[in-house]
Amino acid sequence: MPNRVAIVGIGQTRHRSTRRDVTLQEMINEAVRAALADADLRMKDIEAVFSSSMETFEGIYLPDHVGAVEIGTYMKPGFKVGTGGTSGASVVVEGFHMVSAGLYDLAMVVGFEKQDCGETTAAITAATTPIWGKGAVTGAIGEFAKQALSYMETSGAREEHAAQVRLKADRGACLNEYAHLKLGLKSAEEVLKSDYLVWPLRFLDFCPQSSGACALIFASQQRARKVRSKPVWIADVEVVHQEPFWAGTFGDPTGRETYSQHVACERLYKRNGITHPRREIDLAELYEPSNWEEMNLYEHFHFCEKNEGWKMVEEGVTEIEGDLPVNPSGGVIATNPIGATPTIRVAEAALQIRGDAGGHQVPKEVNTALASALGGPNWTVLTLLKRSV
Amino acid sequence: MADRVGICAVAQTRYAPDRSDVSEGELAYEAIKEVLEETGLTLSDIDSAVSCSEDFWDGRTISNMNIQPFVGAHLGHEDKVAGDGLNAVYCGLAQVLSGHQEVVLVVAHMKESQAEHALIENAAFDPVFMRQLGLDFLSAAALQARRYMYKYGITAEQCAGVAVKNRGNAKKNPFAQEPLDLTVEDVLASRMLADPIRRLDSKPVSDGACAMILTREARARKLTSKPVWILGVSNCYEAHYLGDRDLADCRALTEAAGKAYRMAGIRNPLREIDVAEISEEYSYQELLWMEGLGFCDRGEGGRLLDSGKTRLGGKLPVNPSGGVLSGNPNHVAGMARVAEAVLQLRGEAGDRQVEDAKRALAHGVTGICGQHQAVMILGNV
Repeated sequence: MPNRVAIVGIGQTRHRSTRRDVTLQEMINEAVRAALADADLRMKDIEAVFSSSMETFEGIYLPDHVGAVEIGTYMKPGFKVGTGGTSGASVVVEGFHMVSAGLYDLAMVVGFEKQDCGETTAAITAATTPIWGKGAVTGAIGEFAKQALSYMETSGAREEHAAQVRLKADRGACLNEYAHLKLGLKSAEEVLKSDYLVWPLRFLDFCPQSSGACALIFASQQRARKVRSKPVWIADVEVVHQEPFWAGTFGDPTGRETYSQHVACERLYKRNGITHPRREIDLAELYEPSNWEEMNLYEHFHFCEKNEGWKMVEEGVTEIEGDLPVNPSGGVIATNPIGATPTIRVAEAALQIRGDAGGHQVPKEVNTALASALGGPNWTVLTLLKRSV
Repeated sequence: MADRVGICAVAQTRYAPDRSDVSEGELAYEAIKEVLEETGLTLSDIDSAVSCSEDFWDGRTISNMNIQPFVGAHLGHEDKVAGDGLNAVYCGLAQVLSGHQEVVLVVAHMKESQAEHALIENAAFDPVFMRQLGLDFLSAAALQARRYMYKYGITAEQCAGVAVKNRGNAKKNPFAQEPLDLTVEDVLASRMLADPIRRLDSKPVSDGACAMILTREARARKLTSKPVWILGVSNCYEAHYLGDRDLADCRALTEAAGKAYRMAGIRNPLREIDVAEISEEYSYQELLWMEGLGFCDRGEGGRLLDSGKTRLGGKLPVNPSGGVLSGNPNHVAGMARVAEAVLQLRGEAGDRQVEDAKRALAHGVTGICGQHQAVMILGNV
């Protein structure tokens, strides 16, 4: 019987596009200190620290070594993982395994990325196989443009729906003290007036490059309640990767079908007895680099029927005050420090369960929350959090 | 540890200076194919894969995409540890112990030949204060070697003795890249790379891969008649800035070893460990790491080597495989040490077999002057 694992400390930086005022290490340390303060612990209480980032996005080889002291791994066990966009969730998964295995009672996971010292899109273009994929990939924007177009074509969604998703995200971001882009958008027209990046994807349809970090403290069952009276439990995790290259493109040529998402949520739901995700999940923090992807994700995670994601937007179901709030934090489209982005999804979902999300706390009680991560060529990592287990 | 985790099969490619005949995935699959054949498993039996590689060296962002199709990760679980391969084994251990995964494939791959080591290694130095100094791992290691030799009176001849011993052992290892009959004079006459490190004091550029299969005890006994158990493991980070450390010391290694020994119930490593495979990218490191591992007192590494106890046939043979000096790529090297330890404990190490080996130590290192150290204790009973 595996040990249960709880989240007992949560900390993040205020995310920005550039953090010229701090080094990478100093930036990470802000999140580490915040998580320790949240849990009322000191670094000496933490037995091991695991970290995540994408080295090529900031141009530092072994960044966990550069920041060993500030990450808190100095004279402690740990390692870094890196799996592309999912990195910050992979580290949650591996930290969870470490505590669940009984190897540590208190461990920290830290996701970080300081994109102001690298060039992420250039690095992503080097993600394909050098032999037959070279030139096929131009960064993430092209992939999501393809997906937006096929979503529009097959589901009947219009650009207005995507604009509404962006408005919802911006309302959340403006209430979230840590969010990066707080645009104060007033109307869908503002979104629809923004320039195209790659048709039909507009400037305001896509996530920014952010610099920031997020740290979580995990505790074993026996330690959790000693640290805090109401810990948030990690009920389960699921990792599903997908064959990177089909016909020289990431996944399917439409960019619409992400089999890893279908497979991951089906496995997670089955193991946890979730038969009606729309009713049984109270809140979701999803990894949506684009507003179009968010509608796609509603369908893939079975929050609605196929091709009806945009109807959930029309009905306002996923608004902060809605039945199933999605990304009340503002999501990835507002804040995207890549190695930390999925860690932030888990952090935000946990804060909502605790009732500590601040300005963007949802009015309903959150007992079960889902955090997702998307990375590489359509890889999926899911984390299911619960108030009680 | 509640349950025990067993290693059921290990495989390594032959390490070579240039494997431009294969892609990274094909290279990894040479090792993966062997562990599958040995256990009778197919890729669909693998519950989770843990890979180890580095984007900088692969020249490819998200380098685990190189090996995804080869580890059966399509619609399955895969995570990439970005450090020495021994840490990937540690990660796989946690997955099995947690009860969330049953059969875990661990694989590390690296083609050093396709990259410029000095450029990549320089990018590991803090970009604000240290990178401009132009150091790479070799020149930083030279600083460490000098400091260590100065503080404890370690001689160039003693360092060369490591190169002679290990490259001689490599003659008995079919996977080794650089088996050589050397004398101390040969090493001291080889080209100077970064004073005091000469060509034969240094590991060669190497390509290769290593794979293994981990599972819980009951399943391990079904998959092989000779499972090898992970008895203890830990790792540890030192400070980054060289000026914050005494380079003649290796506190992170002492810390990691101490924890691994406690888990495995080892009090006197020199007496209780039968064979050690340790990661010496440069000859002085074997002496220094032996001190960090507690095989001898501080400053006694040279004398321990001179005593002959670490030779094949000695009290505690160190690197009977020939070690990293005989050719293992970085990021694979520590996992190759685990693989060699497993072969020893299974009695399958051929001419380099240590008689009646029951407990083995594997050591891995990542980063500048051994900033990150990992230790694993394995046993066959």
